[in-house]
Amino acid sequence: MSGIAIRNIRKSFGATRVLHDVSLSIADGEFLTLLGPSGCGKSTLLRILAGLEVQDTGSIEIGGRVVDGIRPKRRDVAMVFQSYALYPHMSVAANIALPLRMRRLSRAQRLPLIGRWLPGSGPVISGIEMEVSRTAEALGIAHLLNRRPGQLSGGQRQRVAVGRAMVRHPAVFLMDEPLSNLDAKLRVQMRAEIKDLHRRLGVTFVYVTHDQAEAMTLSDRVVVMRDGEILQVAPPQEIYADPNDMRVAEFLGSPKINMVDATMREPGLVDLAGSALPVACEIAPGSKFTVGIRPEAFQFAEHPGPGVITGSVRMVEHMGSDLFVYFDPCGLEHPLIARLSAERAPHIVAGQTLHVSVRPDQLLVFNRDGRRVRARDVSRTNPSTPVREWA
Amino acid sequence: MSAIRLSPAAAILRHGVLVLTSAFILVPFVWMVSLSLKSPGEIFRATFSVLPAQFYGVDNYAKAITSVPLPGYMGNGLLVCALILAAQILVCAPAAYALAKLKFWGRDFIFAMVLVGLLLPHQVLSLPLFILCYKLGILNTYLALVIPYVVSPFGIFLFRQFFRKIPDDIVHAARLDGLTELAIVWKIMVPMALPAVIAFSIFSVVAHWNDLFWPLIAVRDGHLMPAPLGIMAFKNEEAGNDYGPLMAASTLVVAPLLIAFLAAQKWFVEGMTGGSVK
Repeated sequence: MSGIAIRNIRKSFGATRVLHDVSLSIADGEFLTLLGPSGCGKSTLLRILAGLEVQDTGSIEIGGRVVDGIRPKRRDVAMVFQSYALYPHMSVAANIALPLRMRRLSRAQRLPLIGRWLPGSGPVISGIEMEVSRTAEALGIAHLLNRRPGQLSGGQRQRVAVGRAMVRHPAVFLMDEPLSNLDAKLRVQMRAEIKDLHRRLGVTFVYVTHDQAEAMTLSDRVVVMRDGEILQVAPPQEIYADPNDMRVAEFLGSPKINMVDATMREPGLVDLAGSALPVACEIAPGSKFTVGIRPEAFQFAEHPGPGVITGSVRMVEHMGSDLFVYFDPCGLEHPLIARLSAERAPHIVAGQTLHVSVRPDQLLVFNRDGRRVRARDVSRTNPSTPVREWA
Repeated sequence: MSAIRLSPAAAILRHGVLVLTSAFILVPFVWMVSLSLKSPGEIFRATFSVLPAQFYGVDNYAKAITSVPLPGYMGNGLLVCALILAAQILVCAPAAYALAKLKFWGRDFIFAMVLVGLLLPHQVLSLPLFILCYKLGILNTYLALVIPYVVSPFGIFLFRQFFRKIPDDIVHAARLDGLTELAIVWKIMVPMALPAVIAFSIFSVVAHWNDLFWPLIAVRDGHLMPAPLGIMAFKNEEAGNDYGPLMAASTLVVAPLLIAFLAAQKWFVEGMTGGSVK
């Protein structure tokens, strides 16, 4: 009913190309996140969806209707802004009521003082007031309706902004980094509330963020963008475990994925960090490429042996259940980071020698252009890397 | 803002300078009020005292109000100032919004023209305006007093600076909420820029309440004259040397402005400094 189709969108600001030929389709009721560093074009894409910016070429369809050239208010979309964009001179109630007043009341009925007494406006206005208080009730801000935005905390303002967006039951919710002005604790709480809101409303959400934790926890699918291009579109698990592109792998995951230059020794065996590891990739022997290893893909090993990487420990960070171990294998300029279970590797200290093993299916192989080279016949059905909790 | 602590000597010096300069500005006003309370004989005495030796205020003020239609002049001034201000805000706010928030071809050029307009003294335009009013046939009417001031480059400039500070997201939110561009101007931008509107209002009212030059050219009818022109008429009628009532009339003309300014001082200062500090 209200799916979105984005076709070949291009956009430039002056000489800067912000979006290069972006195409994407979003299912009705889906929670889709546009994830990327600042300046990747994700906010511009959202604004084009809302009708606040006009694309240079390409077309947008919302709910089966082409909306190019249609004004924002006729697109049946609502937006929550990073700055909340509340009207500071209006009460919370007036802020939330405004979209309904603009849609349901005639120009004359909206006049201050006399509008209320014009024929027909009484029932409409009391209907609006009822919906505003119902919305405020649902968001837990009913006691704030008479305040001004300036008198509210960040979290409360955020709720008012969400209230103003949801009160008119839009087909599509657009959210532009709505949580980035909140402190860390509130952010986690509001994240859960947004997830809940999506479940209750069941409408399409397009959510822009640069925070991978938000993207991973909220989304049905994540779109990773970089430099005005879409790098990958996939569900959160898949985008983490099975990235298409080196930039996707590097952007997701904390601590960051280890990227190691490697050489193919012979088919199925790769020279990496001073040891030979088996991989299942069709790459000509002798060619150079890059291998990505997630920190948690390393397993603590008691002894050196085939397929085991050895290095001296530079630094250990205790994170409670896990250890982040920075170690220097021979022949590498930068240390590798391993995330080891504190139970299995309890006594690691800086300066000692560490042995770690990696399962072949957890080596992510990228060619010189940063594109992923997939295993020939390693089944993709079990991306066995566990997705860690995203706090 | 934290106050900077000054050494006593520096504080005395600073306050001394402030007192001197403000005294310099205030003396004529004090003199005016003082003269308005004195008898004709005392006004021309060689010695000067601030307080009158013989209180003659009631006579002077009564004469100021009764011998010429001063209340009528002030009513004209009020009407003209109100019309000018309403028209100016009506024109300046949408123009400033367009210059601040909309993108269109030639915007920067148009804004440059506004700045040029800001540099031109109004007197330079008086001859063309006079001819214009003549051709329109509105000379010697209230319209002739209002029309030349409807477009205020200063108002456009001031509002634009204020509107620019309002985040684009608010405009975007308003568009999504279904407001037309004009509704954004009147419902969102103007209320948010209220300090600027008040500051501009004071400027506009003061300038046009006190304006002598253009009304002198544009109207001849006594019943159309605003206050300063009225005072002049008063002076001529009274053969020039009855200074007590003249000063009383001047005091009465200045008083409303003084009261208005004191009442709106807080917003006035915010409106004038807001653009530069924040």
